Amino acid sequence: MHLILFIIFAGFCLAGAINLLLQTHPINSALSLIVVMSSLAVLYLLLGAEFLAAAQIIVYAGAIMVLFTFVVMLLNVGTEEKTHGSRVAKIIGFPAVVVILGVISTFVLESQQRLSSPSSGISLSEKVTTTQDLSRVLFHELLLPFELTSVLILIAILGAVALAQKEGA
Amino acid sequence: MSFETIPGSWYLILSAALFCLGVVGFLIKRTLITVFMSIELMLNAVNLSFVTFAHEWHAVKGQIFVFFVMVVAAAEAAVGLAIIIAVYRSRSTLNVDQIDLMKL
Repeated sequence: MHLILFIIFAGFCLAGAINLLLQTHPINSALSLIVVMSSLAVLYLLLGAEFLAAAQIIVYAGAIMVLFTFVVMLLNVGTEEKTHGSRVAKIIGFPAVVVILGVISTFVLESQQRLSSPSSGISLSEKVTTTQDLSRVLFHELLLPFELTSVLILIAILGAVALAQKEGA
Repeated sequence: MSFETIPGSWYLILSAALFCLGVVGFLIKRTLITVFMSIELMLNAVNLSFVTFAHEWHAVKGQIFVFFVMVVAAAEAAVGLAIIIAVYRSRSTLNVDQIDLMKL
């Protein structure tokens, strides 16, 4: 069951990410990014992170991507045109990125024993981190960073309003 | 390896693949807003490996790290999209090849 769900949603993730690259219109890229984020939420559920799965849907697939699609529609962005710069990036960038992926995968597979816990693999409902566990650590040990993020968000809101308003308004 | 358990390295490799696709998108995309989406994709890929390690080592703090990354990503998206709107207002284009000056 776990294997099937993993393969399905990992496939959705990769397909969405590849589609993001292939689409030339930003609105299609945004929609495929929503697919990636929603399937990542299911993968979080498989890993026993309930709260993060909900937060992934609400914050990423909901709030952030709505903001993205809103800006794409507001600015009426057209399809992108190919330029010289993008061709150079394709020729040099693709082999470099494939090499990076190969190095990371080899490292992960080689050090599989050291990286993972004594248990042989990840199984469903082995250990579910409830919201209670999460909030116990968050509000006891990490209360100060948590409160600091509220200040960060306030500053971000003010900055966004200041940047986006019309000049001289 | 039974049918019910899969090795944690699969999740890590998926995360690496998503990160690399984000890097490719960052390199080849020419619209500012799609470049920004690729950055979000990279952040998500890193979050996946955080959750994987948190699950493998039964450490709750890994998940809290993801929570903070989400908060920072939300703030970053709001400010970044405001910057994109400001850039579009002064240049009337979102092609990254034509936006090569920091000055608005």
